[in-house]
Amino acid sequence: MSSIISFENVHFTYPDDEMESLCGVDLQIEEGSFVTVLGHNGSGKSTLAKHMNAILTPTEGKVIVNGVDTSDDDRLLDIRRNVGMVFQNPDNQIVANVVEDDVAFAPENLGVPMNEIRQRVDEALKLVDMYEYRLHAPHLLSGGQKQRVAIAGVIAMKPKIIVLDEPTAMLDPRGRGEVISTITKLCRENGMTVVLITHHMDECIGADRLVVMSNGKIIADGKPAEVFSQVELMHSEGLDVPETTRLMYELNCEGMKLPLEALDVASCADAIAEALK
Amino acid sequence: MLKDITLGQYFPSNTAIHRLDPRTKIILVVVYIVALFQAKGWIGYGVVALGAISCMVISRIKPKTLFRGMKPLIFVIVLTGVLNIFYTTGTPVLPGWIITWEGIDRAARMILRIMLLVTGTFLLTYTTSPMALTDGLEILMNPLKKIKVPVHEMTIMMSMALRFIPTLIEETDKIMSAQKARGADFETGNLIQRAKALLPVLVPLFVSAFRRAEELAVAMESRCYHGGEGRTRMKQLVMGKNDYMAFGFSAVYLAAVIILKKFGL
Amino acid sequence: MSEIRVEHLSHIYSQDTPFEKTAIEDINVTIPHGQFVGLIGHTGSGKSTFIQHLNALLTPTDGKIYVGGKDINADKKSRRDVKWEVSLVFQYPEYQLFEETVYADIAFGPKNMGLSEKEVDERVREAASFTGVDEELFQKSPLELSGGQKRRIAIAGVMAMRPGVLVLDEPTAGLDPAGCSQILDNIKKYRELTGATVIIVSHNMDDAARLAERILVFDHSRLVMDGTPEEVFSKPEELIEIGLSVPRPTAIAMELRKRGLQLPDSIYTHEQLKEAVLKLREAKNA
Repeated sequence: MSSIISFENVHFTYPDDEMESLCGVDLQIEEGSFVTVLGHNGSGKSTLAKHMNAILTPTEGKVIVNGVDTSDDDRLLDIRRNVGMVFQNPDNQIVANVVEDDVAFAPENLGVPMNEIRQRVDEALKLVDMYEYRLHAPHLLSGGQKQRVAIAGVIAMKPKIIVLDEPTAMLDPRGRGEVISTITKLCRENGMTVVLITHHMDECIGADRLVVMSNGKIIADGKPAEVFSQVELMHSEGLDVPETTRLMYELNCEGMKLPLEALDVASCADAIAEALK
Repeated sequence: MLKDITLGQYFPSNTAIHRLDPRTKIILVVVYIVALFQAKGWIGYGVVALGAISCMVISRIKPKTLFRGMKPLIFVIVLTGVLNIFYTTGTPVLPGWIITWEGIDRAARMILRIMLLVTGTFLLTYTTSPMALTDGLEILMNPLKKIKVPVHEMTIMMSMALRFIPTLIEETDKIMSAQKARGADFETGNLIQRAKALLPVLVPLFVSAFRRAEELAVAMESRCYHGGEGRTRMKQLVMGKNDYMAFGFSAVYLAAVIILKKFGL
Repeated sequence: MSEIRVEHLSHIYSQDTPFEKTAIEDINVTIPHGQFVGLIGHTGSGKSTFIQHLNALLTPTDGKIYVGGKDINADKKSRRDVKWEVSLVFQYPEYQLFEETVYADIAFGPKNMGLSEKEVDERVREAASFTGVDEELFQKSPLELSGGQKRRIAIAGVMAMRPGVLVLDEPTAGLDPAGCSQILDNIKKYRELTGATVIIVSHNMDDAARLAERILVFDHSRLVMDGTPEEVFSKPEELIEIGLSVPRPTAIAMELRKRGLQLPDSIYTHEQLKEAVLKLREAKNA
């Protein structure tokens, strides 16, 4: 598989800031994969996301997205139409008073012909399961529904990649579930590359890959089960591990021998039941 | 509460009026306003009102909704009425009173005029999505682009403003409750004290509006917004049979009011 | 002492309009002074409406609320006075900061109470210490600070009124795990030092299970469960039925029971689960 996003020794410092927000990040993301980036506030994970569609460009190093260098100003639209970005606050990214008009915004900007826009909008809304709300006013929807409209708004561009910067931070558990299952579906069924930035470790469980950031650096990278089994490392970074891993880790400290890879509740229960037979 | 303000709100539906081209509706409102200011006598007003009422019936907008929308304007309406009642000379209602029959008549007509004016514009925003409305305005104002008027920028600003009105109203409500919980008092004191008491609401509101604007700009850029150049529209505006019929009606309507005026009605 | 007694409380929004909506219906509950209460339920289940009644921000459509035996809606004065006794921290409280300095913002509440300058100063310093806000920050603008710091300053602004009942709506929403545990520690500290009643609205079952002595569950405008965490979480099926999650240890325990392991009825913290599993192992080895 080829990498669709590639960071090569990327450094970034915000203007009027002394500290580097990214200090030498190397990262290759494979096409069609579901990658989560976990880190506490100020770890540089949002800065990393904003490099993926050229909202920010590196002060040093290179970011190549879909074969295009993000510092190439002439190719800006080319990059952005291929990378859909969804942000934390759903209210601040919805531009229209009617759901379907909002979803049409990006294709309209791209100069897509009228009939095709209609088709793209309907498809996008069906994908996120919001088609029946197409004529509703966005401010009357729930947080999870708004966020799904925002996702539809970017998939109407037909991007190859969708980057979500803490899309669930302001949602209740129900909304969070809706968003996570929507993006999982986009990746698994529609072959989109998904990059999910989050600080909820539970949201990383179903991903192909988990990247942990701290102080502008990548400190762990691998399958979620592998990364979470490094319990001491996660704790030393002020991050939690899922309850399943924590329980098995502590039981192992008491002399049991449980596999830390069992991340979801069912396989964790299987492992414990097996050990106690 | 603030949430009840329906100013600039859109009530989606699929009536004949909702389906009219926004350009038609804008032109109709202009015609309606001209007619309203031409109306002189009660019969003239009656004809104007009839037009507004039939649009209301066709678009299924409830009178209740309309009156709720007028709430913020009550002050203006009452003031106009009072001024007209007291400052019109003529035959006193009772001997020795300042209130005259002419004053009452004039006040009633002025109040009716304001209410009809508001009704017309409300019907426009209630039945036209802000996007369609700004699209229509943009096209109608297109000729102005020739003299370098930034028409696209103006209309997109307007549609964003309309989009954020409900969000900011909700936010104002929240901040007010939060400050009340800290003992802020918005209800007592003289005008200056009350204005000062609003500071704890206005400062956070502005801070948040700026933050929202910033995030919105990034989100729009991320969705490939780059000005009006090369933009297409999902909903191409096309005038149909209904629009031409509406123009026909409105021409007759305006003519009728003008003729009635000639006869002093 | 500020015991809260709520009798037959109902609230209907926009009554007699097409937008009429019943937010809470016939709520009856008594919260003794000093209790730590967790309030759980979906968005729209009525819990936010409920807490806004406790300090008279909303007026009941029906029913009565007594704080320390007094009807809080008796007259205008009691509606205002109850705000010092029962204080509310809203969701995302950092968005209410408005003063030029951190100090002035924390002082806003105590000043509105009409305290002397000396008392205000005491209150501000005390509240800052509860929330771990460094006095060096006092002269800074609150807008310059990080998200977590802003949140703690906003909470300090409410604690500075030294309420006998502190109500918080989702105080940890949007924070990372480190930020969350810091805020929860601040709240625990306030309660330990002042003996206040604390009511926390939370979506996070694990926090609710760990901290609260009593759990109230709202669903569809009604109070549907009321009990200690042991009682409430010993019926995880009922919670799942109304679409709520259960604490993660409870979820694992349910799966283990399905696999035939004999675990105690009520498990809702990490420690309880770990202990229960270790006991089973001992039994097996013995």
